[in-house]
This record gives sequence, structure tokens and C-alpha cells, in this order.
Amino acid sequence: MKTALTALASTALALALWQAVIWITGVPNFILPSPLRVLETMIESRALLATHFMTTASEILIGLALGALLGGLTAIGLAASPIARQLVRPMLVFSQAVPVFALAPILTLWFGYGMGSKIVMALLIIYFPITSAFFDALMRTPQGWIDMARVMGASNARIMRVIRIPAALPGLASGLRLGAVYAPIGAIIGEWVGASKGLGYLMLLANGRAKTDLMFAALIVLAVFTVLLHAAVDRACRATLDRTREGPGGV
Amino acid sequence: MSAPGLHIRASARIGETQVLAPLDLRVAGAAWTCLLGASGVGKSTLLRLIAEVADGVTLDGSITATDAAPLKGRIAMMAQSDLLMPWLTITQNVTLGARLRGTAPDLPRAEALLEQVGLADHASKRPEALSGGQRQRAALARTLMEDRPVVLLDEPFSALDARTRAQVQDLTAEFLRGRTVLMVTHDPAEAARLADHITILTEGGHSDWPAPSGTAPRAVDDPAMLHTTGALLARLRAA
Repeated sequence: MKTALTALASTALALALWQAVIWITGVPNFILPSPLRVLETMIESRALLATHFMTTASEILIGLALGALLGGLTAIGLAASPIARQLVRPMLVFSQAVPVFALAPILTLWFGYGMGSKIVMALLIIYFPITSAFFDALMRTPQGWIDMARVMGASNARIMRVIRIPAALPGLASGLRLGAVYAPIGAIIGEWVGASKGLGYLMLLANGRAKTDLMFAALIVLAVFTVLLHAAVDRACRATLDRTREGPGGV
Repeated sequence: MSAPGLHIRASARIGETQVLAPLDLRVAGAAWTCLLGASGVGKSTLLRLIAEVADGVTLDGSITATDAAPLKGRIAMMAQSDLLMPWLTITQNVTLGARLRGTAPDLPRAEALLEQVGLADHASKRPEALSGGQRQRAALARTLMEDRPVVLLDEPFSALDARTRAQVQDLTAEFLRGRTVLMVTHDPAEAARLADHITILTEGGHSDWPAPSGTAPRAVDDPAMLHTTGALLARLRAA
């Protein structure tokens, strides 16, 4: 309840500052619309915003799910095999030196103007953080646990499944939280480069026609969605993956 | 269950650095042997070598059971840290071995063991809800669940407070009776309480030390035990 009140107060303050800037500078509407104007636009154009939102949200959610799946599998593969580590890790690190933004045009060429290229973009941008966070956690399994498991007669595959993966799930959760914030960036970049649907496309379109209020409306819809997505992922992680975290009074 | 003795004729090194002096050490079967010695002399390394989990350490020589059968699959290990998985309940932790081998856990037996170590009321709790002594008792139940003739203990009581330590020592001594126990410890009093045989490991090899009279676990105020504690401490300080 207290956090809700704080959030409300913080939002009110932000809106007040926004309005104050407009009053003080007398900036025209097409440069910076007032909060009220943006709200009006949001209500007037709700059907338009909703259509484009659905596209972008789908791209983000599918990208996040695929990125989590691929990142998770990559991390497990790397953790399980020293040969894979030696061969694949340098590639992964090098791939991070390539700005994903620079790949957007070629992805559009490969995967088309539809949702495919945006999903791949979102996937690419979250793949490394998820892989990296989960992999690091998998490599940090306490040696004592692994030794004990070996004395108990466990195979490496079972040690991975019964001990290392559960122990590393909080690391995967950290990666997913980052992913929830990064995935929208990927989708929007994808839409900017070439799309006919989505909030990114709508923002570009509105900007080009000096419909700044519509651009802001789309931006706010996207930002609110990102915040909610992060909160949802955080909650889901707390309820599931984080349960393997060492509690108070631990080792 | 016949508990074999161990015969260690070996030295060990990491690369060119010797981490264990050449030993010809016989560990008596069905008895409790305490291994004392300064830090870095290779006590824990020796346990890891026996358990075949000493990655990166080269063993020169052999570690065999006196009944000539392979040791693999006949060893259980208990460490200073309880090594309980924080996401599993106590019962699940106690039956971890079965899960790791892909066999069905013997739940009635786990229940009975938890009862015996006094954790029946905590079976469905997670380790974080337990005290240090309770956690180490859960680790003991997990070790007993494995039901192996040879048990390696690496300072399992050193993190406990004095009173809890004495309690868990008693419990462990009682339940491991009849097995071949090799325990690494820094604490002469612990060795004097629990050991049937005492061996001091040094950088040059090892020497045996007479255990106090009477059967282990000896009372915490047993005069013979206290005398041995003092003499052992003096010996260790001189080394």
C-alpha cells in the first residue's frame, strides 16, 4: 500500500514537472504536448494504439520466451561441456562486440518486414545477458555439492539436473529480469528499420507527421508495458526460480 | 555389513608440488580413526583421494581396501559444511543419493533415520529453518541413508558450538559404530573423545598416537581423554 502511494506521488510529480516545463517555456504543442493532451490522444486513438500494441507486445513476449529457452539451453550446454566452452564462448563474446542495432537492416532482409525480424531482434538482444547470467551461476555450483554427488555415485548428467541447474536458477532469474527490460528495445529497433505494424512503427509515423501527442502516447504505452512486464517477470521469478536461493542461516 | 580397512601406500602432488608426503598408512576396519595435523599437510586431500574426487591431484601409489574389493560405491562423505540443498526439504535432502542415482528413494527408511537423529518434526522443512546442529544432524541422516561401510568425515563438527558439537559427536559415534571411519580434525579433544586410533599427519609422513583407554565416545570430562587431549596438543604445537 505504501509503495503504491509512493508510486502515485512519484507519477504526479513527474506529470507536474512536465506541465511546468510547458508553462514556463511556452513550447508549442507539436514540440512537446501537455500531459493532458497526450491523455486525450490516448483515449481518442485507443483502437489504433491497441492494434499496434498487440503486435509489439507479441514480438516482445515471443522474443523473450525464445531468448530464455535458447539462452537457457546454451548455458547448460556450455556448463556441461568443456569443449563447447572452448569453442563457443569466444564466438559469444565476439558476437557481443557487434552492435545489435547494426544488424537490424540485415535481419529485416532475412526475416522480412513482418514480426519475424522483430522477434529475432528481441531474441538477439536478450540472448547474451540470459546465457551469461545463467552460465555464470551454473559454473558457481559449490564444489562440495558436486564432490558429494560423485561420492554418491551420480553421473554428470544427473548432477547437472538434480543439483547444478536448480542451484543456478536464481542466476537465470537475474537474466530474465534483464531480458524483460531489453526485449522491448530489440522489438522497437526492429520496427524502426522496417515495419508496417507495431508501436515503433507508429511512433516513427507520428513523428514524421508532427503528431507529437500520438508519439508520446505510444511511448507511454510502451514504457508502461515494459514496467509491467518487468514486474510480472520479477514476481514469477520470485515465486519459482528464486526458491532455490540460499535463505537466511544458510551455508 | 563387513567394514574393510584401508591401506594407503601413496603420495600425491599437484603438478610438481607435493601435497601429500609418502605414506604407508593402515586404517583399521570397523573402527574410528582420527587424522590430525597442521593445516596444509594434506589431510583433506587424502580424504578426497580416497573418495576419488581429488580433481587435479596426481596420486602416486595406491589406496586399497583390505578385502581387495574396489572402494568405489562403498564410501560416504560428510564435510564441515552440511551441504544441504536449500531448495529441498530435509527428507528430500536425506534421500538425495537415490535421486542422484535415479532410483526410488526409500522413504520409510528416511523417516526412521530422521526420527533417530531427532528431526522427525522437521522432515518437511527446508534447511534454512533449522539450527546449525539440526542441519548437521540432517547431514548425518543423509550419510547414514547411503549405508556405506566406509565413512570419511572432514571436520564435520568444527562449525558447531561446544554444546551442540558434543551432542552431534555422540550421535555420530553411536550411528557410525561398526563402520570404518576416517575423520580429519583440527581439534585434539575431538580426536581424544571419538578415536579408536589416532594418526598424526606431518610433512614427512605420519606417526601413530595411542588413543585413550575406554570406548568412544568418551565422556567430555573423562580423565584419560583429557590427558590425551593435552599431550596431543603439546605434540601438535611442537610439530
